[in-house]
Amino acid sequence: MNDLAAAFSQAASLLLGFDEDLMEIIGLSLRVSFMAVGLAVLLGLPLGAAVALYRFPGRTVLGALLNAFMGLPPVVVGLVVYLMLSRAGPLGVLGLLFTPAAMILAQCLLVLPIVAALSAQIVADLSEEYDEQLRSLAAGPGQRLVTLLWDGRFSLMTAVLAGFGRAIAEVGAVMIVGGNIAHSTRVMTTAIALETSKGNLALALGLGLVLIAIALGVNLAALALRDAARPRHG
Amino acid sequence: MGVSILPLRLEGVTFEADGKRLIDGVTFDLRPGTRSVILGPNGAGKSLLLRLCHGLIRPSGGEVSWDAPRGTEVSHRQAMVFQRPVLLRRSAAANVAYPLRLRGVPARERGERVAEALALAGLSAQAKQAARSLSGGEQQRLAIARAWVMAPEVLFLDEPTANLDPAAARAIEALIDGVHASGAKIVMTTHDLGQAHRLADEILFLHRGHLLERAEATAFFSNPRTAEASAFLKGDLSW
Repeated sequence: MNDLAAAFSQAASLLLGFDEDLMEIIGLSLRVSFMAVGLAVLLGLPLGAAVALYRFPGRTVLGALLNAFMGLPPVVVGLVVYLMLSRAGPLGVLGLLFTPAAMILAQCLLVLPIVAALSAQIVADLSEEYDEQLRSLAAGPGQRLVTLLWDGRFSLMTAVLAGFGRAIAEVGAVMIVGGNIAHSTRVMTTAIALETSKGNLALALGLGLVLIAIALGVNLAALALRDAARPRHG
Repeated sequence: MGVSILPLRLEGVTFEADGKRLIDGVTFDLRPGTRSVILGPNGAGKSLLLRLCHGLIRPSGGEVSWDAPRGTEVSHRQAMVFQRPVLLRRSAAANVAYPLRLRGVPARERGERVAEALALAGLSAQAKQAARSLSGGEQQRLAIARAWVMAPEVLFLDEPTANLDPAAARAIEALIDGVHASGAKIVMTTHDLGQAHRLADEILFLHRGHLLERAEATAFFSNPRTAEASAFLKGDLSW
């Protein structure tokens, strides 16, 4: 119990003191995860919608893969990205290993199946409702995809938030490809792992509370935005 | 507008599902101008027949053909309004603008045509409201406005007032008259005799997937030729 109380006071003093190192770590965590989720959304929403709407060879396999990959182990993704980006790897010339860019790439790969698989389900459900009307209006395949993504936007936000939750909370992938380098690639989760291994349990727990608060804040903000927009757009 | 795509001709059309023949050997043609009402009890196959005409489903046998020159996009010249309106999760105006956007109508022209369609449906004041927050009657009027905005040559309506109270139904009927007056051919289904009386120029009486009668409306109501139609008009057709 004492540890927990100490953790809360640690977290409060860290936040209230605007500790410079902590702010840097929070900033990088948010930047990496927002970028990763942004990329995953750009690729994953159309991909999920395409799996839901179009008939093409390998569609069933792709759908199954996306569902299965929702639970990809972060360390494995980290390892694969590490191999790709290491000097001997195919993308080694880019020199991205142990940079935030590598962390964004790794998290994007983790989040992409979540966003794509959930949006495939959402778009498929909506398509059932809209199908006859869209065929009656002679909407083309591309127009259909755009229409369903737009009309599913409030439900799709849940898929995006699920992806963000995954990205901001994972530690294995960013640890491997980022290396937890202070002032360079250290994020909340890797900092927590480091402090725990050093025995600074109160500090680690304090950082954990801050991380949860951030995740909660992002979700609340997104949901508030949705509830504000919904009455106007149905 | 170009050359008319009418008449629409159905030749020996059948439709089967799960081994059951739901539409059986139906032959007729639909000519421009008139309001054709497909009348019949629930389960007669009216909605199926309408979907076959509109091309939403393919017949199991027989042929559905428009009298259009090769290369004509017949799907662009017709519209359908469903029993339960499928409105997009957008404002009323955006719903009406949607088919215009699909066809690449320029924004300025779009605005004028949307305003005109909303005015026809008596929904100008609700233009900015979320379509799905409108009342049932308003939603159906909006669906008709969205169908009408493309200036279709033929408008199909599937039991457009089935879920509405009498006042809302009357407003829909008036709107259908307005659409007809603007030059569109009306093809609608109903099981409501009063509505058929008020709207129909001609009746196609459908029973258990068979087209039993086709007649000018007044002739049909005063002098039905089949026992089934007589029974239906008396309100005691046993299904």
